[in-house]
Amino acid sequence: MSDTTQQPQRQMMKGNVAIAEGALHAGCRYYFGYPITPQNDIPEYLSAELPKCGGTFVQAESEIASINMVLGASAAGARCMTSSSGPGISLMQEGISYLAGSELPAVIVYVSRIGPGLGGIAPTQGDYKQVTSGGGHGDYYSIVLAPSSVQEMFSLVQTCFDLADKYRNPAILLTDAILGQMKEPVIVGPRPEPKAQDKPWALTGNQGRSKNLIKSLFLGDGEMEVQNWKLVEKYNRLKAEDTMAEELWMDDAEFIIVAFGSCSRMVESSIRLARAQGLKVGLIRPITLFPFPEKLIYERTASIAKVLVVEMNTGQMVKDVKVNTHKNADVFFYGRPGGGMPTPEDILEKIKEFY
Amino acid sequence: MAKPAEKMDAVFQRPETLIDTNFHFCPGCNHGNVHKLVAETLDEYGVAGKTIGVAGVGCCVFLYNYLNIDVLEAPHGRACAEATGVKRVHKDKIVFTYQGDGDLAAIGMAETVHAANRGENFTVIFVNNSLYGMTGGQMAPTTLLGQKTTTSPYGRSHEGDGYPIRMAEMLATLEGPSFVARVACDTPAHIVKARQAIRKAFKMQIDNMGFSFVEILSACPTNWRLDALTSQKKLQEEMVPYFPLGIFKERSTADYL
Repeated sequence: MSDTTQQPQRQMMKGNVAIAEGALHAGCRYYFGYPITPQNDIPEYLSAELPKCGGTFVQAESEIASINMVLGASAAGARCMTSSSGPGISLMQEGISYLAGSELPAVIVYVSRIGPGLGGIAPTQGDYKQVTSGGGHGDYYSIVLAPSSVQEMFSLVQTCFDLADKYRNPAILLTDAILGQMKEPVIVGPRPEPKAQDKPWALTGNQGRSKNLIKSLFLGDGEMEVQNWKLVEKYNRLKAEDTMAEELWMDDAEFIIVAFGSCSRMVESSIRLARAQGLKVGLIRPITLFPFPEKLIYERTASIAKVLVVEMNTGQMVKDVKVNTHKNADVFFYGRPGGGMPTPEDILEKIKEFY
Repeated sequence: MAKPAEKMDAVFQRPETLIDTNFHFCPGCNHGNVHKLVAETLDEYGVAGKTIGVAGVGCCVFLYNYLNIDVLEAPHGRACAEATGVKRVHKDKIVFTYQGDGDLAAIGMAETVHAANRGENFTVIFVNNSLYGMTGGQMAPTTLLGQKTTTSPYGRSHEGDGYPIRMAEMLATLEGPSFVARVACDTPAHIVKARQAIRKAFKMQIDNMGFSFVEILSACPTNWRLDALTSQKKLQEEMVPYFPLGIFKERSTADYL
């Protein structure tokens, strides 16, 4: 969206477009992707916008090629991105593992579709487990952020770029067709000029310096163990410095709901209904799914003994909540998989059942 | 006591870009020749300091141990996708991939064909030794009919295994590539031609002519279970008749159509 005014403007924007525009605001000028529903607005928008601002758009022959082009552009020192959905992200897992192993920053936008297999294009949170557990081979994690509004699609994709660069690690923006296809008002300022990134490790040719090498093969005795522990240190730092969560109605809460992304919006409506009936329900919304807000869950459940996890899947985040819950608290689960969406009334019924 | 050597002019020396170390390659393998030819070419054009190499998986992965340039290690088969990413960012730099036949012609076929078809302006150095060398000599798409490997113990049969793929000829049918050649390093005369082809391929890139591709036939004495000399003979007598040497495409203008 070429915005020539100097003041931030409020405008209606589709979630997927907000991600694409957010990436441009973050200084991303290289996009490599392959069509798949429900994320096609992203490559369509960028194929029109990138050439206008000196950027590069490549429609690759597959998601495998997309993620490897991203790896190449990242190694060359550029902020770069790809986007896809379930089957395409599955194909990218090898590349994401190599990005993590080679310690390269990159942003992967994941607009989920229901699975397994070809599944369908309806909204789901069934890919939580895949993205938060690494996804590809080896002992690694991706940074995972989950927006819950179109405004956050715009801002959190920028955070993804910053965190990816800060930690030299792939960052995934996980969302779904509800947010991707929904239009909401978004405040967008003028698109800034990309900032120069200080990446002395990047491959630029070794004129005037010793050669740079980017690799993930470590065959020397004990080398790989050292590398794995180095990654763990990075994840610990990430956990300490950049875990994000939102708390709503928590001041007087006697009952907590944990939900993320589009599902947390439905939960917000249900909490309003519950509060109208005198039920003191609060919401914890993890914004970073990796790192998971472990400490926050533990601290809150020390004094609030009941936790309901609501997800649009058969129960994936609930495991992360359970292992971090204080021993005095009980954890309940309500989920709708395969494109099923809970109504605020459905969730209210569950609140009453477990309250 | 030996006579003190008289002062002589250096007429030949190790290319500056070729690091002074021992290759890990087996005796009789041609990877060493190819590394040297690439290093010589980068030196001749004076571009080593602005070159980024992309190493495939297999015996070629240790490119960074031998060439004094920036190197990216690609996942198996994906080097042409990585090179696309690198070159799109650094249009003014020299980018090449260095890949074997398992890497390029099997798992990396799609990435190779599409990079060629897009006319990506980088160079591919493709070392074809008719099998997977580093993993222990398994059958590759380039394994000759009747050739015994560890996964074709009765010899490759077209029934079930298909026919050996001629990559250079296949890529030459596309509009994207600017230069496609096949050479060998089995004799001094052939090495001279291989050097010319590699120089031409990099020149095409320097002149922004688009995708250039040099296939180099190589012996793999260890996995062929032959000594160095006999394996060169086998290369001449069995590989060259199926994989003919020559230039399959050479474009004189950047826009072909």
